[in-house]
Amino acid sequence: MGSQKLIYLDNNSTTPCDPRAVEAMLPFFYQTPGNAASRNHPFGWQAEEAVDYAREQIGNLLAVDSKEIIFTSGATEADNLGIKGVFEMYSRKGNHIITLKTEHKAVLDACKKVEKMGGEVTYLDVKRDGLVDLAALEAAITDKTVLISIMWANNETGVIQPMKEIGELCEKHGVLFMSDATQVVGKIKTHPKELGIHLMAFTAHKMYGPKGVGALFVNRKNPRVKVTSQIDGGGHERGMRSGTLNVPGIVGFGKAAEIAMQEMDADAARLSVLRDKLENAFKDTLEEVYVNGNVEHRMPHVTNISFKHVEGEGLMMTFNQTIAVSSGSACTSASLEPSYVLIALGLGDDLAHSSLRFSLGKFTTEEEIDQTIAMISKGVNHMRDLSPIWEMFKEGVDLDAVEWSEH
Amino acid sequence: MAYSEKLIEHFNHPKNVGTLDKSKNTVGTGLVGAPECGDVMRLQIEVDEESGMIKDAKFKTFGCGSAIASSSLATEWLKGKSIDEALTIDNMAIVEELALPPVKIHCSVLAEDAIKSAIADYKSKNA
Repeated sequence: MGSQKLIYLDNNSTTPCDPRAVEAMLPFFYQTPGNAASRNHPFGWQAEEAVDYAREQIGNLLAVDSKEIIFTSGATEADNLGIKGVFEMYSRKGNHIITLKTEHKAVLDACKKVEKMGGEVTYLDVKRDGLVDLAALEAAITDKTVLISIMWANNETGVIQPMKEIGELCEKHGVLFMSDATQVVGKIKTHPKELGIHLMAFTAHKMYGPKGVGALFVNRKNPRVKVTSQIDGGGHERGMRSGTLNVPGIVGFGKAAEIAMQEMDADAARLSVLRDKLENAFKDTLEEVYVNGNVEHRMPHVTNISFKHVEGEGLMMTFNQTIAVSSGSACTSASLEPSYVLIALGLGDDLAHSSLRFSLGKFTTEEEIDQTIAMISKGVNHMRDLSPIWEMFKEGVDLDAVEWSEH
Repeated sequence: MAYSEKLIEHFNHPKNVGTLDKSKNTVGTGLVGAPECGDVMRLQIEVDEESGMIKDAKFKTFGCGSAIASSSLATEWLKGKSIDEALTIDNMAIVEELALPPVKIHCSVLAEDAIKSAIADYKSKNA
């Protein structure tokens, strides 16, 4: 591998923990080891105080009351708590949930479980640019609908949904609005109350905090929202999520929120310039390059690009000793199916197989982007030299007219 | 996924990449797979008219690392073989040689299909 520094452009998978967050966490492993639920000695008081402080740091970032933050083990648990918790709590009102086909599996699989529990779920198609069709969303609402769950920004494409408009629809029809905001909290402004969001799932490790801790925002007033607990035993977190709090993790989460509040605007501005540089370099120097998803309503640090006639996993092998990205190719997934998110955008399987997702982070440098442009352009050209369909395309063969032997 | 050294060597330095003149009667071409499935292999053989031996083999592959390595290996094995010998190349031999993980066995199947398809094309031209 040599001494070359690794380049990490997979920040939508997870981010490095900010050293300042690590610093804040360290005392809570040994010097201050208390259980935040121990009410009768200083160890417990110190832990509780630290958790309360973190809750406020996170509340400040979201402009919500700190009491509205329910700590969980991560966004997957928060998504499960929100969806199943609302379904159970509001079963007298209705049993119907609406979501999108492009949601994260944490939402989709929780919805599938709801269906097994007797619920009904509508999985809406998205438009070709990845945005929700607001008319279709409104048309899907019935008198049995209790919840609309729509992610703030997509993890694969970075496409940002029209949260304000969705919030207004929910308000109009008296439906609760939940959002999986895992990819946006700490990256851009996320004030759920301004947009009519009642429940919001997010996690520390996507915003430069530690792994193993996340949260669900649950609106307390107008309306007062409640969810049925999914993990029982002790009644922590106002009865909504039992279990001893991960004090060091929560402290790191809080610190990450505080840092984000100070730095995310500058980070976003810098990263969007680097992201555009990367994207434009590929578009300007290579043929048949397609950017997937809406490019105007998009997270500043993400781009999802298909390099046509090149297979994503093979392409990644040309540079993955140095550069970390992810691909929508089937060969990189456990299911051996190409990305369902890209397929839902109406991309052909061939373009989905050819896609790479680049997600930059606050520690990404311009030098790394320059190196990435050079290495990946070289990789694409190499793979196209090896590709029979690239050769056929260059010869003017109509690839759609070829009778392929599907296997 | 961790790949074997042999696989990575074939991927990094693929053997016999290229195109033979498919209009020649001595050349057989096999094109298997589909872009929608994520892999397409084109494998070609050129047969020496006098000896009946495969004197050259070339490939181009759209696909993952295993697909590219499998086709590179297949062309290596084809060269110097008679048509009948070539027909005995079995996908499991490719799996073994490259230590393909179970989810990548279909790449070796595709390579075997490509060999058979190229030979069938050659035979139909010279029937």
